[in-house]
Amino acid sequence: MTDQSPQTREPGIGWYFILGGLFGFVLIKAEVVSWFRIQEMFRFQSFHMYGIIGSAIATAAISLFALRRLGVRTLSGVPISVEPKLLGWGYRYWLGGALFGIGWALTGACPGPLFALTGSGLTVYVVAVISALIGTWSYGYARAYLPHY
Amino acid sequence: MGDLMSGSWPWYVAGPVIGLFVPALLLLGNRQFGISSTLRHMCAATVPSRAEYFNYDWRGKGLWNLAFLAGILTGGFLAGYLTGPLQAAISIDTQAALSGMGITDFTGLAPAQLFSWERLTTWPTLVALVGGGLLVGFGTAYAGGCTSGHAISGLAALEPASLVAVVGFFAGGLFCTYVILPLLFL
Repeated sequence: MTDQSPQTREPGIGWYFILGGLFGFVLIKAEVVSWFRIQEMFRFQSFHMYGIIGSAIATAAISLFALRRLGVRTLSGVPISVEPKLLGWGYRYWLGGALFGIGWALTGACPGPLFALTGSGLTVYVVAVISALIGTWSYGYARAYLPHY
Repeated sequence: MGDLMSGSWPWYVAGPVIGLFVPALLLLGNRQFGISSTLRHMCAATVPSRAEYFNYDWRGKGLWNLAFLAGILTGGFLAGYLTGPLQAAISIDTQAALSGMGITDFTGLAPAQLFSWERLTTWPTLVALVGGGLLVGFGTAYAGGCTSGHAISGLAALEPASLVAVVGFFAGGLFCTYVILPLLFL
């Protein structure tokens, strides 16, 4: 691990579990995980998903701007840093993004919702979770042959 | 508050709450909000692999991610079992479009005609769950992020790469909605 004096220990893993729990709860209660809502979004027939994603981005952007401006550190005293992403020709972003988009519209769920749906009682989604793991695993092997930047 | 427990949340409550996960995770441990990297950590943790992509310290990089994911599963469970039946009140237009494809049951969070164990051996369900799942796993790994990592964290940080990824998400989603899904239900 990195140099951690006793005063600057990272918060326990339990905090991430609690935050994740809140996130899963919100995903279900806001119907972000609903296949029907995703169809509605891709057919541009409701503001619901656009309102959620748009206001989430706005809230995150304002928070991020404030944290950077104020030079806020983490609870354990480390400076907050967000690594910039390399774009180049962006092959990985538009190709990978489009493949994910097809999967998103088919399953009606992105990775977080796949797990939230499984937990909520729609246990058949575990098939999609396992398939997603196989998909990521396949990428690990195909990676060397794919254009990225 | 009682309404937030029983009913579904409006976008102007849910959106800002979701957005606050970005600063919360940064403040907690300088972690960038994103879910799809968890799939990579799970592969790295479980399947012995010679691929370079899976050879890294997944505990150091991803233990927080895995804890967050275990939370999502639990939060989904609590929302599913404690707060009554889940129902998305989608627009009349969408109901009409889906009816045209043969989806007529709008109860629950996903159509039972497509997403149920009984239908698992039928082609449309296999394509949607297995094919869709594979593409979610492959696509997010290739793109280096999903809705949380690119659309929310990335766009909030004004990353051009994330904007390209989000345009890709929509291109793929629209293609699937208007070309693939109608074929599934022929």
